[in-house]
Amino acid sequence: MEGCKERARDGGLSFQDETLEYIVTNRDLLELSPKFMIPTLYDYWVHDVEILKEKGRYELYPGNPYETVINTRPPISFYNDNNPDWLNVMIFYHVLGHIDFFQNNLFYRHTWDYDFAGEALSNKRLIAQYRSEKGRWVDYVIEFARGMDNLVGYFDELTRLTEIPGTRGTGRMDYYFDIFLQEVKGVNITEYIKEVDRYNDCIRRYKELGEQSFFADVIKQYPEFESMYAKTLKAGPGRKLDPMQFVMEYSEFLNKDANKWMKSVMQVVRNTSLFFQPQIRTKIMNEGWASYWHEILFMKDDRIKGHEVDFARVNSGVTSLPRVGLNPYALGMRLFYYIEEMADRGKYSYEFQKIQSARDRKDFDAETRGGKDFIFHVRENFSDFMLINTFVDQDFVTRNDLFTASRRLNRQKMVWEYVVQSRKADDYRQMLMDSLYHPPRITVDPEKTTNHTLYLVHRFEEKPLVKDFIQNTLMGIEYLWGGPVQLETSDAVVTRTYPGHPLYGAATAAAAEEATAKVTWQRVVYYMENRKLGKKNI
Amino acid sequence: MEFMKKKHLLKLYQELKQQGISPEMDFRMRLELDHEGDHDVEEPARGVGGPFMPPQDDRFYDFDDLAVLQGLHRIQPPYVTSLSSIDELLERDRQRETDGFPRKIRVGRLVKPGKGKKDKVVVVPTTVEEKLIHDRLPESTEEEQTAGGSGEGEEGEVIGEQPVRVPGQEGAGEAGEGGVGKHEIESSAYDLGKILTEKFELPNLKDKGKKRSFTRYTYEMTDRNRGFGQILDKKATLKRILETNINLGNIPDLYRIDSTHFLISPSDLVYRVLSPERDYQSQAMVFFIRDYSGSMSGKCTELVVTQHVLIYSWLLYQYSQQVESRFILHDTDAQEVPDFYTYYNSKVAGGTKVVSGYRLVNEIVEKDRLDMDYNIYIFHGTDGDDWDTYGKETVPELKKMLAYANRIGITIAEHSYLGESRTEVEKYLIRSGLLEEKPNLLRLDIIREDADEPRLIDGIKRLIS
Repeated sequence: MEGCKERARDGGLSFQDETLEYIVTNRDLLELSPKFMIPTLYDYWVHDVEILKEKGRYELYPGNPYETVINTRPPISFYNDNNPDWLNVMIFYHVLGHIDFFQNNLFYRHTWDYDFAGEALSNKRLIAQYRSEKGRWVDYVIEFARGMDNLVGYFDELTRLTEIPGTRGTGRMDYYFDIFLQEVKGVNITEYIKEVDRYNDCIRRYKELGEQSFFADVIKQYPEFESMYAKTLKAGPGRKLDPMQFVMEYSEFLNKDANKWMKSVMQVVRNTSLFFQPQIRTKIMNEGWASYWHEILFMKDDRIKGHEVDFARVNSGVTSLPRVGLNPYALGMRLFYYIEEMADRGKYSYEFQKIQSARDRKDFDAETRGGKDFIFHVRENFSDFMLINTFVDQDFVTRNDLFTASRRLNRQKMVWEYVVQSRKADDYRQMLMDSLYHPPRITVDPEKTTNHTLYLVHRFEEKPLVKDFIQNTLMGIEYLWGGPVQLETSDAVVTRTYPGHPLYGAATAAAAEEATAKVTWQRVVYYMENRKLGKKNI
Repeated sequence: MEFMKKKHLLKLYQELKQQGISPEMDFRMRLELDHEGDHDVEEPARGVGGPFMPPQDDRFYDFDDLAVLQGLHRIQPPYVTSLSSIDELLERDRQRETDGFPRKIRVGRLVKPGKGKKDKVVVVPTTVEEKLIHDRLPESTEEEQTAGGSGEGEEGEVIGEQPVRVPGQEGAGEAGEGGVGKHEIESSAYDLGKILTEKFELPNLKDKGKKRSFTRYTYEMTDRNRGFGQILDKKATLKRILETNINLGNIPDLYRIDSTHFLISPSDLVYRVLSPERDYQSQAMVFFIRDYSGSMSGKCTELVVTQHVLIYSWLLYQYSQQVESRFILHDTDAQEVPDFYTYYNSKVAGGTKVVSGYRLVNEIVEKDRLDMDYNIYIFHGTDGDDWDTYGKETVPELKKMLAYANRIGITIAEHSYLGESRTEVEKYLIRSGLLEEKPNLLRLDIIREDADEPRLIDGIKRLIS
């Protein structure tokens, strides 16, 4: 295994030295599966129940990282106890690809500074302790918090961490030194200067993270600082709070002494959700990257000798493009090969883009090379959306014979027919994007949040919310918020026009199916008060 | 055969039309007549193998390393192995209600984790974590669903076909599952019934009149005893004597037997003694009648069969499995099917005549004299459509049923397109006055097409309490 690491490093991958490999049996999986392969994840009864899987599975469980390697420090990977050795070597290369991705892709930035397995363990103990004190109420809080854990401000969190120093609005620092210390705390000059020194010292020692570590100590000293700062922010523009944070910060119910423990539970849920967020947003890249590397590295490894055919079988099973369907391994790997080649020939340039002739485009080679560096750059800075949006072009679609397929019912033969719908890159790209994970964007409107009423706004993206789920989700939020909750969203109103009988619409079922449906959108507000749901148009 | 049936239906339709029907009725009848689809319970798409692999709703996130690279699949512990935790789960669920939150555990889902042809019908408790997530646009149908693909083919070319019905499944209206493996519905249904009774506070059955025991003792002279007893079993005794004497060598010539020289040992005498015999008896007979006509498409069927699964389970538990059930499907004609599975899965497209189902039940009861020995329960699920608009034929049959049945429960799953207007069945039931007249015998439950499981369980309470 150490040899594998060396070879991978020679290939350009970078990852930490220590890794943990576990051989697992089916019996182990029985325990690990419900916990997303993280043995230390907190206990929650829903994990033990068969979950209805049909509807919105990925939207509901954005984690879903049922993977062979988990993003911990050190990374842990799992191997079937009856894998042959050569397969384990291949899988280990795949695993190394993932680890390199976890530890270098910027969308994982917030997971770099701590070990999730360790944190999960302490969270698990925390929750277990609360459970012994508060009983079932802990599970309610977990449930209600999980009800909004797909609305976490993941990108805000990333922005906070990856901001270029200097451009950051140092509102927090200004507030601390100008208002908090002087007006709120009224500290004397010596103490004030000590703090200034400490700040400068932090910046010198920790560079970009200086301010962060400085404030970590501030919070230790003045636990109330954050909430006071947030309060002033509420008045003016500043840090954006996601609905979970907002509730934790401003809910009178949660901030009662007796209920403060709920906030820690919510924090656990929120952090867990944040941890899993990048995985689902980089599925194609992550699998593509790992497949790209296991193929390249294992083919050079001498342990492939005698297993070339086995490898070819397994590898093609993993990375072949399905006739109909989407395979992240296949698509991602081809994209990386493609991008590498394009960059090698200098095709990501204006000179190339302006060429019209297909032949000239094909033969174009500026001999720039540097394709490897380019894909490393992509691996560092891109997510699935960006990857598809940037690199899925007509040349890629044509080269791989890709198309979008649709299915239709043939009533005569009673079969579903699969039809090639389009071979245009635009359509293909759109189809890919439509199948990407995309939670609704729901934020708190602080303006309308008055009189104890929490006002949530769902940004309109021509998609309705799942109606069945609104009631219980809002009820949970109401509980945590401790007051009425309103949700502004858009309902789709479908009007069908039938070509047929004016009174009864279509005279036959067949005609009814030919009916044309027109969707119009109605902005509505759902309001939840005392666990009763209501709705009004606005 | 299909054709003949259609012709017959058309004839019936013409007849009814001549008698005069409302335009609304006409519309609905024609809808049923022209209906060509099926209304099977929706099944998750499954691979059929072969050269063409259709997408099984494959999205990127269906893939994971453990499955793809190592063939390790996600495992959910079967709930039966942890039935105590199920009890806990349901206890917790009941606690939720006391705490003022809606229940979260659902039961009665039928999943089929089996691979290939080994179908397994299992009842599991399930739940869903609600979150605010995007829904599909309401108008987008299956046909518009797009997926990725690769390989050859012109735009617009059909590149593959997948039968709507997976081979090996039940065909349209075909009866009989035969030897193709027993479906494991019974055992889990019993558990489900227990859960329903205990946790959802479904009422226990009230015995009307004299309480009958499940086991009955009849005294018969069946046991044999050697040496002493009530009646000598001559034939058996003679056999034994013969045996003894053969062993003693008293029969040198088989063709000239001299019985006077026989030695008779006391233990050769075989007597019959009086002994109690257990006579197992089913106490309840349940008829499930389901409308499987053309109009029962989609959700209606699902609701009705789900409710029937629940009722079936509950009765199975209540009568300690001493329940016999008969399953009847009807459109304009009725047929009996052998098991729940067929009942659940059959589909057809035709008109609706409720009376056919009732008539068949009456015939069966009469022929087998079931009313003598059984508590008879009849549950009927329909969407409320009936070509017998005024119940002219149906109501008399219903009255006949009421004479012997312990309970008749009629479930109407209303189509949402009906709006506020009432269904035929509802109308003539109300008009007949039987609901008020015999509230203990006849119950009606009307559910909307969008009813959820708690609503169904509520409905059961209404039907059987």
